[in-house]
Amino acid sequence: MSSENIIVIDGKEYAFSPGETILEVAEKNGIDIPTLCYLKGASPTGSCRICVVEVEGARALVASCAAPAGANMVVRTESPRVLKARRLNLELLLASGQHNCLAQDMDVDSWTDFQLSAMGVKEHEDLCPAYGNCKLQDLAIRYQVKTNRFQPPDTRYPIENVNPFIVRDFSRCILCGRCVQACNEIQVNNAISFGYRGAESKIVARGDLALKDSDCVFCGECVQACPVGALISKQDLLAGPKHDETMMVRTTCAYCGVGCQLYLHVRDNKVFKVTGVEDAGPNFGSLCVKGRFGYDFINDPERLTTPLIRENGNLREASWDEALDLVSERFGRIKEDSGPDSIGVLCSARITNEDNYLAQKFTRAAIGTNNIDHCARL
Amino acid sequence: MSENNSKAEEIVEEKAEEEEQEKKKEEKVIPYLEDVPFFGLQKLIVLKNKGIDPELIDEYIAKDGYQAAAKALLEMTPEEIIAEMKTSGLRGRGGAGFPTGLKWEFANKSEGDIKYVLCNADEGDPGAFMDRSVLEADPHAILEGMIIAAKAVGAHQGYIYCRAEYPLAIKRLNIAISQATEYGLLGNDIFGSGFDFHLEIYQGAGAFVCGEETALMHSIEGKRGMPRPRPPFPAHQGLWKKPTVLNNVETYANVPQIIFNGGKWYAGIGTETSKGTKVFALTGTVKNIGLVEVPMGTSLRTIIFDIGGGVPKKKKFKAVQLGGPSGGCVSEEFIDTPVDYESIAKVGAIMGSGGMIVMDNQTCMVDMARFFMDFVQDESCGKCTPCREGTRHMLQILEKITRGEGEPGDIDTLEELSEVIKDAALCGLGQTGPNPVLSTLQYFRDEYEAHIFEKRCPAKRCPALLEFEVDEEKCIKCGICFKRCPTEAITWEKKQPAKIDKDKCIKCMTCITNCPSDAIF
Ligand SMILES: Cc1cc2nc3c(=O)[nH]c(=O)nc-3n(C[C@H](O)[C@H](O)[C@H](O)COP(=O)(O)O)c2cc1C
Ligand code: SF4
Ligand code: SF4
Repeated sequence: MSSENIIVIDGKEYAFSPGETILEVAEKNGIDIPTLCYLKGASPTGSCRICVVEVEGARALVASCAAPAGANMVVRTESPRVLKARRLNLELLLASGQHNCLAQDMDVDSWTDFQLSAMGVKEHEDLCPAYGNCKLQDLAIRYQVKTNRFQPPDTRYPIENVNPFIVRDFSRCILCGRCVQACNEIQVNNAISFGYRGAESKIVARGDLALKDSDCVFCGECVQACPVGALISKQDLLAGPKHDETMMVRTTCAYCGVGCQLYLHVRDNKVFKVTGVEDAGPNFGSLCVKGRFGYDFINDPERLTTPLIRENGNLREASWDEALDLVSERFGRIKEDSGPDSIGVLCSARITNEDNYLAQKFTRAAIGTNNIDHCARL
Repeated sequence: MSENNSKAEEIVEEKAEEEEQEKKKEEKVIPYLEDVPFFGLQKLIVLKNKGIDPELIDEYIAKDGYQAAAKALLEMTPEEIIAEMKTSGLRGRGGAGFPTGLKWEFANKSEGDIKYVLCNADEGDPGAFMDRSVLEADPHAILEGMIIAAKAVGAHQGYIYCRAEYPLAIKRLNIAISQATEYGLLGNDIFGSGFDFHLEIYQGAGAFVCGEETALMHSIEGKRGMPRPRPPFPAHQGLWKKPTVLNNVETYANVPQIIFNGGKWYAGIGTETSKGTKVFALTGTVKNIGLVEVPMGTSLRTIIFDIGGGVPKKKKFKAVQLGGPSGGCVSEEFIDTPVDYESIAKVGAIMGSGGMIVMDNQTCMVDMARFFMDFVQDESCGKCTPCREGTRHMLQILEKITRGEGEPGDIDTLEELSEVIKDAALCGLGQTGPNPVLSTLQYFRDEYEAHIFEKRCPAKRCPALLEFEVDEEKCIKCGICFKRCPTEAITWEKKQPAKIDKDKCIKCMTCITNCPSDAIF
């Protein structure tokens, strides 16, 4: 190993490959530099300034998510100077909106006033839905940051709650830009971006439209990327922030053959949210609108739970054996009466490649026709 | 009483004296330009062509125009041009003072078949108009500077990023580009040298942050003008991720003369570390306002008092603000500081792009800091936390103090926020935004303290901290306030002190500003 590619982090030497960022080298070696805006898989924006570190010889602090590791660089990740900046940054973020969780240091009266003002915002009747599952809250606890000296600004932009899937609560947005990166760089939908300027900044869709009127396809990638309670799925909001009662069930999405890995968030034996599994292929956390939001069929009373056979115009429940026997018998009869080419099979994108293969085998070998097609060709 | 009466007479006498002098002035012979200190003490390199018709390329050519470009394209290698620039010691005039030759060398050595040369004509500092006047009065100098830069780094396409608020500059640049193209000085095979260079103008929408280099490039790419972290530096990955050189208007305006007269000639002007001249936009409470070009190393005193003629009668010099919202002020005790990058920085200000605002004792330094902080927080792009959120709180605190609601601890909070914003913000805007606050705290902390603890504005500029009452002892009974008050809130009769009716008073400050004896408090 060439001695050129050695970096010193918190007093210890580590090897790095050219092009790696300081954060990546630290992560690889078990050094925990906190981040907020950093989104794996997207280009670093360096916007939240939480991951700043001290680099010897540099005039100002450096965002470790964006700065490439350099030969003989001497980095300190938790020096007093770093901590001072990180803590004040956290304090500023806590004071940037309606973060009415525990990370506030107020006397009883101001606390009450603050809660009342937060709850006064339309649809803020309950505690922040991200409570207990919020990166800002985690960091505030980790760095013991409480605030009461900075006044949160008036809520500038009302909550957007006009689509069936996503609630946008701008009063809790910390403008980290993860949603923008997720939408533009990971899903490449280019539906949202930064709008306005300075303290007026807002994440906007097109020329500041509601998501439903914009280019948004409701993949929900932004919701999964949001580290705080600014982008919440509607079901999640209804379920409330009882994270300790949530059971996570890992499974494979049943909608198509890609096989996206997902977590079902289950409470009271009901799925109330779906997220992508971030460290597993093929999707690495991404999902489409169906996989992420199309789960209400699970508990739908109309959902079929057994095969049904129509008799005299009415459907009656049947066993699988009975139903399959009936289908095979009828297929046999049609083939005999009208020839195999009178039958055609159309496959679905919801089944895997292997199942599709079996379907064409069945069509050709068992039925004896080439009338096999797939919905993806329609 | 009688003392006051005689004071009133004195003022009348003074007036008569002034008028007499005016008359005498009129009778005097017209002096030569060099004999007028305002002109005589300046040294013109950047502004040397002032007075030519900027819409006629022939007038520029008659002043040795495009000779340097011919020399660079026909006789010099890129390395020779860069060496000449390095010898000259020219440093970027856009604010940071980065050595231009070195910047070009980085871009020259950067791998890539496509490279760009850009000119930063965004000039967003409030009160700055140096670049504008060069663009409007001598556009070909910039074109020529860019052609030479293009040859030095191997670029064939350039953009001038000019704010749309400068329509005359844009018009004249367009004329200059089409005339130069017609003369074969832009486009393909310039001077028959085989070297191609094309130039376009890109109009910015006038956001201050778009003057920051990475934001400027995003803007040309059609994206939102937001800065990004560096590295990669533009010399390696700039516009459209290609190696790019970006220089300021004034920087480019120096280039032709450096190539024409040689780097050694240029290095002979100025100081050890700061070579050449610098153009300042001198304004504020000073007799002669306007553009001033002086050799580096000239003292602030010479610029303000000899060239600028000092502050008008009856007013007292207090401080000078350099570098606009990114800079700081220099108090009277450091008025002999020479203007060069290092000396100015040592006293807590920056050279900046050349804004120079002279302030007298009627300027409230807290209010001045508030003004610049208002600008910074308004122009913050909103991308990074310390700048977006921190400047908002700094402004709130400063507003509170000027409203008379300052509390103990406010100064500490301002200092804490300043320190972290400077240290942790993403781009230069945030990193320099707290400077006006820090430098006023350095020199005029007592004014902050008077506001906070005594609820008093020593400069009498913060209406919330004024009583709007007349000190009968001090009043000379001249009646000026009575005549000027727009709401007739003041009563006055000859030989009687004035009285202000607080119900009618709208706190417009007219009386306080105009009272000759400082009698209203
Ligand atoms: C917020 C901000 C605004 C700036 N505005 C300008 C500007 O209006 N004009 C300019 O020439 N440089 C401006 N700069 C400096 C540029 O980023 C850049 O350093 C400069 O144009 C480089 O040219 P130079 O080396 O010739 O100075 C600004 C920098 C910052 C951080
Ligand atoms: S749901 Fe998907 S498409 Fe819509 S804004 Fe979020 S990431 Fe973009
Ligand atoms: S320092 Fe200010 S202007 Fe610069 S990136 Fe941060 S928010 Fe934008």
